[in-house]
Amino acid sequence: MDAIELMLLGLLLVCGIATCLSRNLLVSLVIFMAYSVVMSIVWVLLQAPDLAITEAAVGAGVSSVLLFLTLKKIRDIRKKVQDEKK
Amino acid sequence: MKKSEFRKWLKSWDAGEFDFTEALSDRASLPQPDGGSKDHPWKLEPINRLEQGEIKSFRKSYPFFAVVLCCIMIGFLLLTVEHLPTFGAPDAPAHNEVMERYVEKGMEETGAVNVVAGVILDYRAFDTLGESHVLYTAATAVFILLLSLKGGGEPERERKIMQSDPLLKSTARIIVPLVIVYGIYVIFNGHLGPGGGFSGGAVIGGGLILYAIAFGFEPLDKILNLKVYRMIVLCALCFYSLAKCYSFFCGANHLETIFSPGKAGMIFSAGLILPLNIAVGIVVACTMYGFYSIFQRGRI
Amino acid sequence: MLQTLWDSRVNCIAVILFAVGFATLLLHRNLFKKILGLNIMDTASCLLLTSLGYIEGRTAPIIVDGVTDVQRYGNPLPAGLVLTGIVVSVSVTAVMLALTVRLYERYHTLDLDEIYMLARQEEGEK
Repeated sequence: MDAIELMLLGLLLVCGIATCLSRNLLVSLVIFMAYSVVMSIVWVLLQAPDLAITEAAVGAGVSSVLLFLTLKKIRDIRKKVQDEKK
Repeated sequence: MKKSEFRKWLKSWDAGEFDFTEALSDRASLPQPDGGSKDHPWKLEPINRLEQGEIKSFRKSYPFFAVVLCCIMIGFLLLTVEHLPTFGAPDAPAHNEVMERYVEKGMEETGAVNVVAGVILDYRAFDTLGESHVLYTAATAVFILLLSLKGGGEPERERKIMQSDPLLKSTARIIVPLVIVYGIYVIFNGHLGPGGGFSGGAVIGGGLILYAIAFGFEPLDKILNLKVYRMIVLCALCFYSLAKCYSFFCGANHLETIFSPGKAGMIFSAGLILPLNIAVGIVVACTMYGFYSIFQRGRI
Repeated sequence: MLQTLWDSRVNCIAVILFAVGFATLLLHRNLFKKILGLNIMDTASCLLLTSLGYIEGRTAPIIVDGVTDVQRYGNPLPAGLVLTGIVVSVSVTAVMLALTVRLYERYHTLDLDEIYMLARQEEGEK
């Protein structure tokens, strides 16, 4: 258990820093999803199963979907304006 | 990574090239309207030299000071962590008589096997009521901001491409029923095991989103349109408010004769926890689907 | 001192993640990155709160076989508080994203400095 816990905490730290340092928005979003999933497993290790289900469904599910949708809408607005320009 | 690439990466912190693979700000590439009307503020007024110098020196020193501030903050917080009670110690001040009372008497007073569910829906039900209202307020705020009456954030061509993808459709046909059944299971067993209203509601919301992505919005519009959404959320929140707030006016005794704690371990036990779980789960599921629908096409 | 920090490594990681999220919030001018930083700060503080409810050698507070001995279960209170916190976090993220989309529609840029200067210029024109 100790080894798994250390590995998960290290992965959490790496994912958190990688989200900050990545230059491409899409890449940082995918790393943020991985961060949410690892956090959900850490909740299980801390003996809080309700939080694990909620974090998995909300963090890696709905919140990430909303972030993807925002990127998509921004790209759509830009395409529309560039098409109008032509 | 070579030294020149590393230098280029360091310099790019100032340039701001963070958007997919293209430039961040699109103002320069957009057409400049004639006359510069007030609705199209594309042109930034030229700033004078003094201000330009100030801004440049600010931009150079700001990252350095931000990193120094964060390191100082890490230092102070680690000092505080050292003074906190040891992680996992059974004699920490957080484990006092309140916890003992909730764990020992929780099952016989509330009837819930899951003590966390008993705490958030029976002993501290008022906090959960506030949280449901926060979720509803957020949905209303997003609705106000992104409502588009013209109807259509999604180009027709893309909708056709998304719908005709056979892999997505056949996978969703198998997965969506399983997801929704699992969500209903988590809600109904909130007081017997891990789970509860929020978890189950989020899972059901995720299932509905997957269905909308794979099959389009038309099949769901028949059963989940704006009128139904409003009615469901209103009824659920009013039921929760009435079930727990009448005791402000009638004294502290709850409806214990009608909703008795019952025999622990059965589904229809634990008093009001099961109806409240269902109400909260419905609100959360509708809100999650509502978020997706408003972002995607501007209406529910 | 290093020994106590190593014993409570979960708290240390939570605190460092909080600072990482704060740095992201400060250093990036892109609104999207700021929202990601705020989310990381949220989950890090939830981690710190939950780690206060963990007791060595005891299981989750779900009563097994009717044994209600308090020596066998962890603390249920921090888990209940953090459940509320996670839901509030997703609500705030949704509102922030809606605002970002509207700002982009209006000013066609995600750079906070440019948005601020454009807004100030509009204010001056009025």
